Amino acid sequence: MSVRAVVIGTSAGGVQALSHVLPALPADFPAPVLVVVHVPPRRKNALVALFANKCQLAVKEAEDKEPLAPGTIYFAPPDYHLLVETSGTIALSSDEAVNYSRPAIDVLFESAADAFGPGTVGIVMTGANYDGAQGLRAVCAAGGHGIVQTPATAEVATMPEAALAACPDAQAMRLEEIEHALEAMLAR
Amino acid sequence: MDAEVVSESIEDIEIQLLLDALYRHYHYDFRHYARASIKRRLLQARTQLGYDSISAIQSAVLHDETILPRLLNFLTVQVSEMFRDPSYFRALREKVVPHLRTYPSLKVWVAGCSHGEELYSLSILFAEEGLADRTMFYATDINPAALRAAQAGVYPLDRIRLFTENHRLSGGHSSLSDHYTANYDRAVFDKSLRKRTVFSDHSLVTDAAFGEMHLISCRNVLIYFDRELQDRVVGLFGESLVRGGFLGIGSKESLRFSAHANQFADFVRTERIYRRNAR
Ligand SMILES: C[S@@+](CC[C@H](N)C(=O)[O-])C[C@H]1O[C@@H](n2cnc3c(N)ncnc32)[C@H](O)[C@@H]1O
Repeated sequence: MSVRAVVIGTSAGGVQALSHVLPALPADFPAPVLVVVHVPPRRKNALVALFANKCQLAVKEAEDKEPLAPGTIYFAPPDYHLLVETSGTIALSSDEAVNYSRPAIDVLFESAADAFGPGTVGIVMTGANYDGAQGLRAVCAAGGHGIVQTPATAEVATMPEAALAACPDAQAMRLEEIEHALEAMLAR
Repeated sequence: MDAEVVSESIEDIEIQLLLDALYRHYHYDFRHYARASIKRRLLQARTQLGYDSISAIQSAVLHDETILPRLLNFLTVQVSEMFRDPSYFRALREKVVPHLRTYPSLKVWVAGCSHGEELYSLSILFAEEGLADRTMFYATDINPAALRAAQAGVYPLDRIRLFTENHRLSGGHSSLSDHYTANYDRAVFDKSLRKRTVFSDHSLVTDAAFGEMHLISCRNVLIYFDRELQDRVVGLFGESLVRGGFLGIGSKESLRFSAHANQFADFVRTERIYRRNAR
């Protein structure tokens, strides 16, 4: 099945890890890429500015009710959960924090698994908590593709380890391998 | 993107049936709420209330109305803070208040008031700006438990540090502690802040317009609605405002998708404050 959305979650060390993976995505990448990075709630979103110049894809902050476009990277805004609807649009919510986080990776991943099923690719990278583990399990359970940064290569291994424990079907990969796996999706 | 036809899951069917049942029996209408978030919260309700399925919730709530308030606490989201997004309140204070001053009497509607945090914020702001005596506040919500909490105006003391910081950043020129008394682990807000407030059960989905408002503040409520419902509600706000009246919405909300948007002009764009056109 072709890829409908790539969802990525990361926390401590995440900006560095994303700096490897996101700029490598080619301009004709066929799916939207949605990213949750744990950021402090009261901070302006610096991620968009940081990645806009580095990436070949369009980079923006996700807006409520916006239709997902292929070849676009969407960052969750600080202090809002990011979800996708089955209709292929973005939804933001200010529901309670999940795993002490808002945005939470689990919330994005579970909604993507629900909306896009086997067309979902979920990637969990470096981080110091357990957010993303349940979400990645949902992605795999829906027939999607689970990828986890190899814990030994992650700046902080806690989050990748938790994700692998919750979702044994997921593939562990180094950042370069994640890049190649994503590029390979283009060919499909 | 290619549209693969995924057949509707049993859970999605159950959710639709539950929402239909709630509407037909209780007249609570969640059918046009943003579905991903409703689904998430109903699945939480299923686990936390101890049911095996969404259909089991449906059966329970239809036959036992005492389940309804508990379910409403999942279906509505009661996340709020005083002076949430301080820059919004600062913009009201600096840009909107000068216009409001020109009216001899004022009506302000806080739609979706949750536990009252937004209402008390506005009430304090209006007191600081010397407008309190000429203002009537209307605080509405669909969750009766939230309305009761709003009427009580009592918050856990451990939230006060955030509220105080927000209030300061909003340009407040009193001290927040002038407006509450600490009682053990709770902060009890001053009764005078709500002496000119009418609390009522009102649904933006199913109820009619409120008359002749000068300011409507409805923050972080539209975000839970789908586009069609947002459109209805923006129309309702247009009908409820005096010409030249103001509408403030949440920082991630917009009027962009509404057919009624042309009734409004941007007033403070960055803070999502709009002004109803004069004609
Ligand atoms: C996330 S809270 C927002 C609270 C506050 N306005 C703020 O911004 O901090 C959403 C509130 O909207 C209320 N609500 C949900 N549906 C509603 C409806 N149809 N009509 C009126 N209020 C509604 C909920 O009960 C809840 O109190």
